Amino acid sequence: MDKKTRKILLDPLHVNNPITLQVLGICSALAVTTKLETAIVMSAALTFVTAMSNAAVSVLRNRIPGNIRIIVQLTIIASLVIIADQFMKAYIYSVSKQLSVFVGLIITNCIVMGRAEAFAMANPPGLSFIDGIGNGLGYSAILLIVAFFRELFGSGSLLGFTVFQKVNMGGWYTPNGLMVLAPGAFFLIGFIIWIQRTVTPSMVEEE
Amino acid sequence: MRFSNSYVVAFAFVVCLVCALLVSAMAVALKERQATNELVEQKLNVLRVAGLVPYGEKPKHEEVFAMFDKYIQPVVIDRRTGEVAKDINPAEFDQEKASKDPKTSKAAPKNAAQVARLPNHLQAYKFDAEGHAGLILPIHGKGLWSTLWGFISIGDDYQTIQGITYYSHGETPGLGGEVDNPIWKAKWEGKQAYKDGEVAIHVVKGEAHDNYSVDGLSGATMTSNGVTNMLKLWLGDMGYGKYLTRLREQSQTS
Repeated sequence: MDKKTRKILLDPLHVNNPITLQVLGICSALAVTTKLETAIVMSAALTFVTAMSNAAVSVLRNRIPGNIRIIVQLTIIASLVIIADQFMKAYIYSVSKQLSVFVGLIITNCIVMGRAEAFAMANPPGLSFIDGIGNGLGYSAILLIVAFFRELFGSGSLLGFTVFQKVNMGGWYTPNGLMVLAPGAFFLIGFIIWIQRTVTPSMVEEE
Repeated sequence: MRFSNSYVVAFAFVVCLVCALLVSAMAVALKERQATNELVEQKLNVLRVAGLVPYGEKPKHEEVFAMFDKYIQPVVIDRRTGEVAKDINPAEFDQEKASKDPKTSKAAPKNAAQVARLPNHLQAYKFDAEGHAGLILPIHGKGLWSTLWGFISIGDDYQTIQGITYYSHGETPGLGGEVDNPIWKAKWEGKQAYKDGEVAIHVVKGEAHDNYSVDGLSGATMTSNGVTNMLKLWLGDMGYGKYLTRLREQSQTS
């Protein structure tokens, strides 16, 4: 893998992360991260959609008329999201029920449209596909970290297995109510951004 | 690059056509699997309330169908008379659909559970498994944020509650969401639904004081009231009340 490809794939994981640097796709990051299981499935669905839509838009990029390009991108993205949603309903029904509307809302996730417009319209299909995977993984990484802490401290479990026995189940752990509500995710994402910028000072904007 | 208008229209048409074909092919191919999933989910919920499948356990699809056929007998009841409706096939009856159709339902009188329409016919499940028999009734009603959908299970004296469970709701996790807590759900076992022919079971604030009340969920008064309200509605004469009265009379005379 040459340097450029590696940069496209790995930059979104850290220094150009779609959630913590560009602050895109926050809505679903708050909504689906109360449990690790839903976060994993959501991450997989978003990575699939971003990669495939990037590749498709890139293949068509020289043929898409500029004045209808946004609606063409949306049509492609919407079709892919429906395919992902239908697939999940057929094969992982219980998780797809918990995710409910949020899979459909991938259509409006700024990361997907953002990459299609900013990257796939100007780059060849192979690189666009990798860019989609990279951004999907960057989104996934944050989702998984947030979901890990939210499920552990909010419900005392991980992937549904009890780690801390909760008080209302006869154990000792008093769950942190903030973690299961949306603001808990805001705090966690805030902490992640803080840590990232402390570790990598180049991410901090000049005053 | 400039494109002619006819190119733009043709391009849009082709993109839409390809996308539509892909999506519909996918939907058709997966339809059967999805329908099975829904059916299994519904049957599994009933089996869980009946105590035949422990919570957290996930039996295979075939096992669910086999257990359901062995122990559960679905019936459709005429809500207005309380009699079993023999002309409707319970396997094909869809209560949610019937509630929406003006031909098979009517607007509900104002009720605290905020149920808008009542179907003319209601679904119920009789179960009989190794000396453990009774009736399972679907219930729903408004809590604080959301409509709670669940089941109540009543013993074969048609008076003693065996359990309550919700399979879908959007109440606050940790507060109203505690309707899912097994410890709270266990408190329902053995409670009496009726007193002198009236629905008496209710959720109280604080600790239960008699056989007709259940401990409230702390920090979730609205959800607790929602549970009380929907039981009043569905166990009352507007819901399953007439059917249950009939069954009680039958079991007393026989």
